[in-house]
Amino acid sequence: MGVAHPNEIRIEPGVAEAVSRLTVVPQRRYGIWVGTGLALLVAFLIIRAFASNPAFAWPTVVGYLLHPSVMRGLGNTLMLTAVIMILAIIVGTVIAIMRVSPSPVLRSFAGLYVWFFRGVPALIQLIFWFNLSLLIREVSLTIPFVGTLFSVRTNDFMTPFFSAVVALSLCEAGYMAEIIRAGIKSVPSGQAEAASALGMPYRMILKRITLPQAMRFVLPPTGNEAINLLKMTSLVTFIAVDDLFYSAQSIYARTFETIPLLIVVAFWYLAVVSIMSVGQHFLERHFGRSDTRRDPMTLRFLRNVISLRGMSR
Amino acid sequence: MSDVKDENRARFGVPADSMVFARGVRKSYGPLEVLKGVDLDVPVGSVACVIGPSGSGKSTFLRCINHLEKLSAGILLVDSQFVGYDLRDDRLYEVKDDLLCQRRAETGMLFQSFNLFSHMTVMENLIEAPTQVRRTPPDQAKAEAEILLRRVGLLDKVDRYPRELSGGQQQRVAIARAMAMKPKVLLFDEPTSALDPELVGEVLQVMRDLAESGMTMVVVTHEIGFAREIGDQLVFMDGGVIIERGAPREMIANPVSPRTREFLSRVL
Repeated sequence: MGVAHPNEIRIEPGVAEAVSRLTVVPQRRYGIWVGTGLALLVAFLIIRAFASNPAFAWPTVVGYLLHPSVMRGLGNTLMLTAVIMILAIIVGTVIAIMRVSPSPVLRSFAGLYVWFFRGVPALIQLIFWFNLSLLIREVSLTIPFVGTLFSVRTNDFMTPFFSAVVALSLCEAGYMAEIIRAGIKSVPSGQAEAASALGMPYRMILKRITLPQAMRFVLPPTGNEAINLLKMTSLVTFIAVDDLFYSAQSIYARTFETIPLLIVVAFWYLAVVSIMSVGQHFLERHFGRSDTRRDPMTLRFLRNVISLRGMSR
Repeated sequence: MSDVKDENRARFGVPADSMVFARGVRKSYGPLEVLKGVDLDVPVGSVACVIGPSGSGKSTFLRCINHLEKLSAGILLVDSQFVGYDLRDDRLYEVKDDLLCQRRAETGMLFQSFNLFSHMTVMENLIEAPTQVRRTPPDQAKAEAEILLRRVGLLDKVDRYPRELSGGQQQRVAIARAMAMKPKVLLFDEPTSALDPELVGEVLQVMRDLAESGMTMVVVTHEIGFAREIGDQLVFMDGGVIIERGAPREMIANPVSPRTREFLSRVL
């Protein structure tokens, strides 16, 4: 028995022919075929229902799609989302920094904030702020020996729009704080340590080292939050803010074309969410530049986010 | 300034050429005492190598030198000055953060895991502290950074991000980054322990060049060969105290303490 030497192996013509005659037969996946069939059937039934049921009233839908009051409502919804998101990011960042602060008092305060504003349903917070005048009749600033500098009746400034902004910003800030905190925690501690050894003070380390690195972990969940918030703003209908949903409601309350107007509303929400998703994708790619691999940091961050997700919604 | 130094020298018996001066340094975390009275003298321009098993307190001691850890007892002077305190009437007043940061910047530190800022390029890593902490004009900081990068042989990597460099290159950049603050002393915390064996040499070479240029260095290391070749003194720590110290060659060849002998036999 000789030992085969690698560079001496020769393939006989008969063997080569036998090898090339072989064909691969894919495994039969009957489950997938059945599933595909069912999915197609369901899709067909849905489309048929949409097309054939006159109650959908597609011409009415098209007629209202660009209706001036729907457009005004859409504008208000977009503005609410933008203003609330910006405020929520600012407040959330402050709360997140407090949550990682060395001071136990600041940490507890921030913890209580998140606990409260994430725990109480947004709708209840909204109605609470709207009715703030029941609790505090007027807001005034009085300095001893100087007198009252100003005094405003709560009802004068707690307009529906203003209370919507206050309520939803504070609520959303609770979620943003947790996202930003998870981002900060995902930056390896060695980064802050090295900065500290180079003589950088705490504030500078946060601003120049920790927060910028936290950004790329913070961005994807922030995009999701923005999309959630867009939809959450429909709650302001309850306190008569003229948003997208409210404007549709006020039309169908008059004309009883309920379903077509709900479709108009759904269309616009879907359209905006789609645009936001595309924007989110590009933003994430931009901030992922200095690291595109899935590294242990990313995994640690995912773990942090999952644990906070479990506690929230 | 020099008044303070003179006063400290007279008061604590600090030698005139002292860069790091430690007497009775203790450090506890709750009930756990990590350092149990460490005395050390590192003269200007010399290299002290600290060896010892993990958990012996050598890294903690290093972090005490630049006040990343506060001492529980004892004194630690860098260039005859306290890093984190001002001494007045037998009281050590903790200094304000900005002053602490200024003084801490005078001791450079290198880490096992390099800790380059991962969102910055090599150049940005080097000029970050000089421009932000010392307010050096960016152009000047860049010019100085280029000189340092040439010294560690990485001038061609200025625009790379840390993840694009090998471990050895990252540690060399980290050394250049520490040097950019023109420190009086460099502290190395196991600088080659996280490196693949074939990359250790290039980092040790840079450290050797630094030592030859007269840099004062305290090196916590497992590289006995480096300690023997470059070290002016070798210190063996175990259980939070210094067991033995001496000239590296003699100590490695003829350790006095049985614990030193046992440790050396395991790492050599």
